Amino acid sequence: MISREEFSQIRDNGIWQQNTSLVQILGLCPLLAVTTNLVNGVMLSLATIIVMAIANVAVAALRNLIPHEIRIPVFILIVAALVTVVDLIFNAQFHELYRVLGIFIPLIVTNCIVLARVEAFANKNPPLQSAFDGLFMGVGMLWTLALLGGLRELIGGGTLFSGIDMVFPALLPLQLLPANYPGLLLAMLPPGAFILLGCLIAWKNWVETRAAARHAGPGSHQAPPVVVSDSV
Amino acid sequence: MGFTTPPYLLADVSVRRVMLQVLLGLLPGIAAYVWLIGPSIVMQLLIATLAALFGEALMLWLRGKPLMLFLTDGSVIVTAWLIALAFPPLAPWWLVVLGTLFAVVVAKHLYGGLGQNPFNPAMVAFAVCIVSFPALMSQWPALGLQLTWVGQFEIIAGLAPRIDVMTGATPLDAIKTALKLGEGTVDVPTLLATQEVFGNFAGRGWEWVSAGYLLGGLWLWQRKIVSWHAPLAFIGGLSLLAAMLWAWNPLQFASPLFHLFSGGSMLGAFFIVTDPVSGCTTVKGKLIFGFSAGVIAYTIRVFGGYPDGVAFAVLLLNLCVPLIDMYTQPPIFGMKNEK
Repeated sequence: MISREEFSQIRDNGIWQQNTSLVQILGLCPLLAVTTNLVNGVMLSLATIIVMAIANVAVAALRNLIPHEIRIPVFILIVAALVTVVDLIFNAQFHELYRVLGIFIPLIVTNCIVLARVEAFANKNPPLQSAFDGLFMGVGMLWTLALLGGLRELIGGGTLFSGIDMVFPALLPLQLLPANYPGLLLAMLPPGAFILLGCLIAWKNWVETRAAARHAGPGSHQAPPVVVSDSV
Repeated sequence: MGFTTPPYLLADVSVRRVMLQVLLGLLPGIAAYVWLIGPSIVMQLLIATLAALFGEALMLWLRGKPLMLFLTDGSVIVTAWLIALAFPPLAPWWLVVLGTLFAVVVAKHLYGGLGQNPFNPAMVAFAVCIVSFPALMSQWPALGLQLTWVGQFEIIAGLAPRIDVMTGATPLDAIKTALKLGEGTVDVPTLLATQEVFGNFAGRGWEWVSAGYLLGGLWLWQRKIVSWHAPLAFIGGLSLLAAMLWAWNPLQFASPLFHLFSGGSMLGAFFIVTDPVSGCTTVKGKLIFGFSAGVIAYTIRVFGGYPDGVAFAVLLLNLCVPLIDMYTQPPIFGMKNEK
């Protein structure tokens, strides 16, 4: 079973404290490649959430049976099976979107976030906790990719939710800025994604520094949290 | 290697004084620009300067730095002027403002402000805008375009429609397009002799603007504001590659002289690759930096899709500066170079 404190810690870690994109800086490849609009970012995150939550449960359930020496191949095998399922579901249900996301759905199997959670969390914790960990790590990725995708889309073309008709055929994209807005193409290109991701990380650190300063009371000053990443 | 000469006491090298002289060095080129191309450049210089001062003041205020000390050091005005000179003279005002703000806010201050930026801010502005708005950045005024001050102001401010008649290709673009369209049937010497866009040895009008930059650059060299290494190496790299291809096939490639006086060559040689912040600091490093930038600039402008390659060449070399500097440290005086 899971205690309330344990649950809220897993939730806060996933969504904010250990956010995959803003703190761990993992999975940059899909992050840069698919967040050209909000819908792509959200849909790829959803696919990753499904894979990550189920993979975490499976690994947590099998963690005492998996030999330590060959755990990585076993993890990859489990993740790859799940990715194949998600790949087929996307192909059947959202075929147009599936063609837009292209290689990035199969590539979820190589996404460091998935392997990192399986190795660092699910391999050491019971299934229920692992399920929540996978879910909330995915939610953290989802809101970041949605925000990044939305910003890139808005700056790059003045629209929001473009491509939504590929998921919900009845809905139409929003044209937020006037139609003669020239569009800063840079935001749509990979450098724009890097620059905006840098701004988001700076924003998160700024929010935390302010919160820490307020928490510690006036007059005291705390160094901003240092972002460390060792793999992409 | 790497020494300055006495008398040391006379050296007055405050940032403000250096930047002021760089601005003076740009004046001959600007004068030729106003005389031969059109006075709209004055408006662009003004717009870029105002935008740069605004961006600088904003960032200084956000970072809690002294406003007047940095605002009056002139470095941001040099950036602004280089942006205005690199952009098409009839570019809409917001394009110049966007490029300048990006240069000052992102390329300069987010990296730590004056002296800390790894990339040349003016070239970042150019690269950002040509990648984002390739059409607007390729609209150069057609030859003999006679516009009043008011007319030019209306185009820049977006009050008058941007008509296609008023825009023409740059000399570099004209050669590239003509060669591509009439493959095998046109050759460079005929093009140069027949098309109106070409002058005595490069683009009509533009050749003298480039000569103005050269004059200003030589003055800066004479004043010891810039050393000869980076500009000469840049010119050498550009002309060497140009000369080799020209000697191999003069029908398909323009002469080195043409390339030296076209596009951003001269502006780049004396005002961009000499940037003391984003360029190399060692003597050998400056030579490598300039030479490689010249070679890459030529390659991009002749074989690439963009009208000119100076900006991308410089940005690419900016990335290599720490590496080049590391490998070209001169031996300490009196010590043998340990290898």
